[in-house]
Amino acid sequence: MNLDPYLPLAIVLSSALPGVLIFLLGEDSYRLRTALNMFGALLKIVLVGWMIWGVFHGHVYESRLTLMPGLELVLSADALSVLFVALSTVLWLVTTIYAIGYLEHSPNRSRFFGFFSLCVSATVGIALAGNLMTFVVFYEILTLATYPLVAHRGTPDADHGAKVYLAYTMSGGVLLFVGAVWLQTLVGQLAFTQGGLLGAAPEALHGQFIVIFFLLLAGLGVKAALVPLHGWLPQAMIAPAPVSALLHAVAVVKAGAFGIVRVVYDVYGVEFAHDLGLLTVLGVLAATTIIYGSIKALSQDGLKKRLAYSTVSQVSYIALGASVLGPIATIGGLVHLVHQGIMKITLFFCAGNYAETLGVHRVSEMNGVGRRMPWTTLAFTVGALGMIGIPPVAGFVTKWYLGLGAASAGAYWVIGVLLVSSLLNAAYFLPILYRAWFRPPPEHWPKEPVLSKRLETAPSLLWPPVVTALLAVIAGLLAAAPFSPLEWATLIAEREYGR
Amino acid sequence: MLDPLALAVALPLLGALLVTMLPGWSRTLGMLTALATTGVALWLTVTVWSGEGLRSDLGGWGVPLGIGLRADGLAAALVAMANLVALAISINATGYFGAAESSRKFWPLWLLLWTALNGLFLAADLFNLYVMLELLGLSAAALGALTGTREAAEANLRYLLVGLLGSMTYLLGVALLYTAYGVLDLELVAEALTPGPVAWSALALMIGGLLLKSALFPLHFWLPPAHANAPAPVSAALSALVVKAAVYLVLRLWLDLFDGIATLPAAMLLGLLGAGAVLWGSWRALRAERLKLLAAYSTVAQIGYLFLFLPLLTAAPDGDTRERLLTALVLLALTHGFAKAGFFLAAGLVQKSTGHDRIRELGGAAQSLPAATFTIGLAGVALIGLPPSGTFFAKWVLVGQAIALGQWWWALVAMAGTLLAAAYVFRVLARAFNREPTPKCFLTDPRTEIPALLLAALSALAVGLAAQPIAVLLGAGV
Repeated sequence: MNLDPYLPLAIVLSSALPGVLIFLLGEDSYRLRTALNMFGALLKIVLVGWMIWGVFHGHVYESRLTLMPGLELVLSADALSVLFVALSTVLWLVTTIYAIGYLEHSPNRSRFFGFFSLCVSATVGIALAGNLMTFVVFYEILTLATYPLVAHRGTPDADHGAKVYLAYTMSGGVLLFVGAVWLQTLVGQLAFTQGGLLGAAPEALHGQFIVIFFLLLAGLGVKAALVPLHGWLPQAMIAPAPVSALLHAVAVVKAGAFGIVRVVYDVYGVEFAHDLGLLTVLGVLAATTIIYGSIKALSQDGLKKRLAYSTVSQVSYIALGASVLGPIATIGGLVHLVHQGIMKITLFFCAGNYAETLGVHRVSEMNGVGRRMPWTTLAFTVGALGMIGIPPVAGFVTKWYLGLGAASAGAYWVIGVLLVSSLLNAAYFLPILYRAWFRPPPEHWPKEPVLSKRLETAPSLLWPPVVTALLAVIAGLLAAAPFSPLEWATLIAEREYGR
Repeated sequence: MLDPLALAVALPLLGALLVTMLPGWSRTLGMLTALATTGVALWLTVTVWSGEGLRSDLGGWGVPLGIGLRADGLAAALVAMANLVALAISINATGYFGAAESSRKFWPLWLLLWTALNGLFLAADLFNLYVMLELLGLSAAALGALTGTREAAEANLRYLLVGLLGSMTYLLGVALLYTAYGVLDLELVAEALTPGPVAWSALALMIGGLLLKSALFPLHFWLPPAHANAPAPVSAALSALVVKAAVYLVLRLWLDLFDGIATLPAAMLLGLLGAGAVLWGSWRALRAERLKLLAAYSTVAQIGYLFLFLPLLTAAPDGDTRERLLTALVLLALTHGFAKAGFFLAAGLVQKSTGHDRIRELGGAAQSLPAATFTIGLAGVALIGLPPSGTFFAKWVLVGQAIALGQWWWALVAMAGTLLAAAYVFRVLARAFNREPTPKCFLTDPRTEIPALLLAALSALAVGLAAQPIAVLLGAGV
């Protein structure tokens, strides 16, 4: 029996079904809940591994459900979706372990882990969506599954943050919906096609294509936190640390960026988008966001807030890569999808560790944390250096390819943006590192519960950032190895540019 | 004798008689009837789905004398939804009313209402439709007043009078047609009908009367108080089924009877009223202070969406486009039926456990009843039109066709309605997140919670994904 058509569906369900079961569990069933979580996460890794192998060897995996003529739900695997699926699957496993440790003894864990699983399922659905309608379906489900996570703490602040999040994403969702429907009335099926599917359309439609691009970009830009649509992101920082980690590295923000990549490459086609002049708009927006986010990050004292603005800035590298015509810049943007995820999740794990172990929430309280928590701080350092773009951490690879791509496309202003942004990154990360390693620690930390006798903090909190920091270094050091993110991004770029 | 058409109407009627005669056994007999009727209804649907249109003439009297029943795809789809919802409401009602005195009053009226519903969906001639419409209105108003409070009595008296006015107006239109053509059977009238003053007056009278009964803006004034003050299972039936029956009749007349007579401007007018309903209903739902009132206003809005389809259906060329629009319309109606029934049943659970349904003070209640909260959440997904509910795909078609047919303003209305619906649904759901103690387990009272949860889950997760079988059903038996 040929199981290939069921594989994409199985990958989505491997987290969705455990999620639904977890909802039904009583609050006290700690073991069963953990078992379900880990079972789903490990099963997903196995299935995704199978898929990576198959896609590399040219297999086609596609699950399809026809609703009406012209309305089809399609999950399929191409090289780009596999990149995003692999990222979310690995980081989900790590984050689940972290969350189990982080939320020990806190209330409403069944609800939390249920929605957590649904959130990942929606992200994987977004990654595997084979046409624009399926993408919109999972994009909206993601909005829905994330709301309870942001509101989880139940404080007035959380309530407010969640409402702001919802107002932004719902409005964005409506614009995306209208854009997608409109596009479908013009060209029929909207299957994602390597090289784009609009290029051959009659010229009379070009005006409408431009308007639709702005609708789609507005809808996707909300989640990708493009300025001026980023207002929800700092407010959503109220969520528990594992949620912030997942939101910023994989789920919400990345889903928006991934959508932009899909629309540019597989709906419009990068060359056609360039001809319509749309890439310039995207590039200007991305550049503005990069600089603006970095400047805002400079003045934040709250550690999570500073990281949030850093996300606003860093995610736009992906859009920036998409806005420059040419395979090398494309590689730079795509590979950042993965690199930013690994590095940012490390930083958020570390921020969570400081808060849980020492009660440290602000940059100004971080003097000497390096001596008290050397491993966490080491991981943090790796993430921060990567963000700045210092070799051999993965972030350097991104910036190298973006710069090279911009130069070969003649877009020298992009290099200027990269330089300014790297300087700003250094300006808001290096002071933290200086405080952490070289300033003397205070006599008492704000709040210091005993989480572990031997280690600096609870093991389930310590290992995840250490592992992801290691991954960030490996992704940079072994960038030329087969199956590295860089190699995979190169494979995608080759297929997109038809070489 | 074993004819699903006749049984679908006769069984609940028989049940109603039995529970009246043996009030001590009302719960058992009522549940047995509910199960049997639902079984027959599903049998009927499957028969139609497999390709046979059904038609039967009771007592062997043929057209134009006898009582004819018939089922095409549209009727079968609604019968299936209505009976599943009614079964869930029945199960919930056994727990909601318990063994109290009101339980004995509930069952006869409820089964009578069920009879009228099935009769209305399946009747083949205009006069029988009137009879069923009247029976539906009477039993619904009586059920709504079951709580016996002053507000309920007042609201349902108004409901009764408005309903009578509506069905009388409809009857006037029927009389006009009968005088002119001498037939009442739907198909025969449709064949005989020619454009002219008679047809137009009849159209205006019949549709006008039904608009009143389907509470289309601005004729919706009677609905919110009547639906909000009834006992929860009754509210569920009123909002999900009774109003929908009137809309079904509008659709039936518009598509089958007055096809070619109803003009685009007339359809535009109805679409405009629908747009008013979407915006005004959603806005009032957003401002509502009580959960059940919110749900009632949301019904006003959702009925509006159904009318947005009429100008598109009238403007659409025959064939594919029309079929897609019809499928979307039915998808929307079915989804709303399941969702609104689930929503009201959950609202009933909340009201029972806290003694009130003021949204502002729901914090703790939403937290301690996870099943009810999930029901409201899932039903909310369907009401907003988020995927994978049927509403989402229906709106996809609606917006797409509105743009394709050059009537893009309906798309704007639908999108504004979506945002307003999101606002009013999450206004309720936000109450579930506060720092009350964690609930120990998911279910507290399975008999009342599971039916509600299943209805909501059907609306949010199943109906939309089953669009293709539904389209096949609609194409069958025409």
